[in-house]
Amino acid sequence: MLTVNHFILLSAILFCLGAVGVLIRRNPLVMFMSIELMLNAANLAFVAFSRYLNNLDGQIFVFLILTVAAAEVAVGLAIIVAMFRARENVDVDEVNELKG
Amino acid sequence: MPILVPDINLRIIAPALIVTVTAIVVLLGELVTPAERKRWLGYLSIAGLVVAAFAAFSLWGANASGFSGMVVADNFGLFLTLTIALSAALSILLSIPFIHAHEIDQGEYYVLLLASVAGMIVMATATDLIVIFLGLELLSLPLYILAAFQREDTRSLEAGIKYFLLGAFSSAFFLYGIALVFGATGTTNLAKIAASLAQSAGSPMLSIGVGLLMVGFAFKVALVPFHWWTPDVYDGAPTTVTAFMSVAVKAAAFGAFFRTFQFALPALALDWRAVAAVLAVLTMTLGNVAALLQSNVKRMLAYSSIAHAGYILIALVAMSANGLSSALFYLLAYTVTNLGAFGAVIALSDGARERLEIKDFAGAAREHPLVALALTICLLSLAGFPPFAGFVGKFLIFGAAVETGWAWLAVIGVLNSLVSVYFYLRPVVQMYMSEPAEGWSGIRVAPLVALALLIAVISVIALGVFPAPAIALAAGGLIR
Repeated sequence: MLTVNHFILLSAILFCLGAVGVLIRRNPLVMFMSIELMLNAANLAFVAFSRYLNNLDGQIFVFLILTVAAAEVAVGLAIIVAMFRARENVDVDEVNELKG
Repeated sequence: MPILVPDINLRIIAPALIVTVTAIVVLLGELVTPAERKRWLGYLSIAGLVVAAFAAFSLWGANASGFSGMVVADNFGLFLTLTIALSAALSILLSIPFIHAHEIDQGEYYVLLLASVAGMIVMATATDLIVIFLGLELLSLPLYILAAFQREDTRSLEAGIKYFLLGAFSSAFFLYGIALVFGATGTTNLAKIAASLAQSAGSPMLSIGVGLLMVGFAFKVALVPFHWWTPDVYDGAPTTVTAFMSVAVKAAAFGAFFRTFQFALPALALDWRAVAAVLAVLTMTLGNVAALLQSNVKRMLAYSSIAHAGYILIALVAMSANGLSSALFYLLAYTVTNLGAFGAVIALSDGARERLEIKDFAGAAREHPLVALALTICLLSLAGFPPFAGFVGKFLIFGAAVETGWAWLAVIGVLNSLVSVYFYLRPVVQMYMSEPAEGWSGIRVAPLVALALLIAVISVIALGVFPAPAIALAAGGLIR
């Protein structure tokens, strides 16, 4: 029998995987995909809680979050593409002109 | 089955609406404006911001809430709205000559800036965690693009990419925090969260959720240890964008920060106040010590903005009516002061060639005595010298902390202010005591930059000498 706990556990695992991905991967595209994983972990938690609490708000939030995530993709990919055009290299360890 | 009519009250979101409409008009206007007339789009944007400010002023004292308790027009949110509109208008005044000199004068610059302002206003007036999140994203997404607006310059692109990755990362933390708070309390409405917590004790899940919310806010206002993006992003972004980001984002994010923690989570105050106090100490100390080591003015001001976030956090720890009003006053004072400092840095630049190293300022006082004086006044105000705005702000915040039994925190704040005097005075010493470097001749300060600088400096002095009206306005801004 699946309970809300299973869903929340899964969402927590996904969230942690995403966070670890952002911290250890060095390609901005992969880092960005990890961030999307974190957002979707939050979506899963919202849907699970919404079902558990009998409160439809949580499901509506998921629509809002998906919209925001789509906007974020547009902006993020645009910046990454501009970076790639300028230096033909997008490894974040080599993007290091700014320091101090 | 009854159909519920949505509680739509456009009047209370009028300021955000007006800014949004202005952004759309500017976006359409950009299509029909010839390249040499792009500055009119800037004037149009300022006009929209002025109208939005009047709309906010007409709502003063209305204390109305709308959209089923999602948004509120209380004086706290309106004061922040006015602060944000002022900072955006001054930033645009600085931007018009700046983006022309750097050959990035496209109408989209103003559109993105206005879109970000709309997000800030939403964030400052939201009373629901989901609306705060939407405001946060609407605020952040245009700023990612603005940071990378100098597309030809890899430094600007680097700032954009860093800001984007870390901003999106922090948004994910914030969002997961909202999800956990929703799970623990069954609502995302701030008032209902407070009511729910007053009846039942918290759970571990709630504590984790609140912790994640704090991480999200800490990223946005740049609290140590979530500050490492700040110096790089502030350094690489176009200077006018840095000026705008350093003040307006803080006003909006601190508004939501105060509203969430002081209004929705007083039941957990024992825990988060201790955490916030530790963050405040770390932020002030590390911000000021790191600023001591900088040779670049933009990086120095970036670390100084981190330190100022620490001072404002003291007002949150105090968690009192005076703390709240002192934070509002401080945000206003910091806005005009920091914009004045950035305005002076922009005024001293030579066309597209900017002087950003502190040693470049040598002898500026002889060539540009008025700009040097303005920069001196703003830096003294940032350091907290009377009779300038920064002094009154610090006085109010430290006073609020002492009143509520956090005297040790105020003492650390005062000690930090003393440390900060050293690095704020370094450019001043360079300007007045050193021999002029070459290349000063023939630099003319753009009239719009001079106007912005004049407004900022007059505000800094006025808020410092006659602070009473602004304090009264801020004190009327208590959350219901």
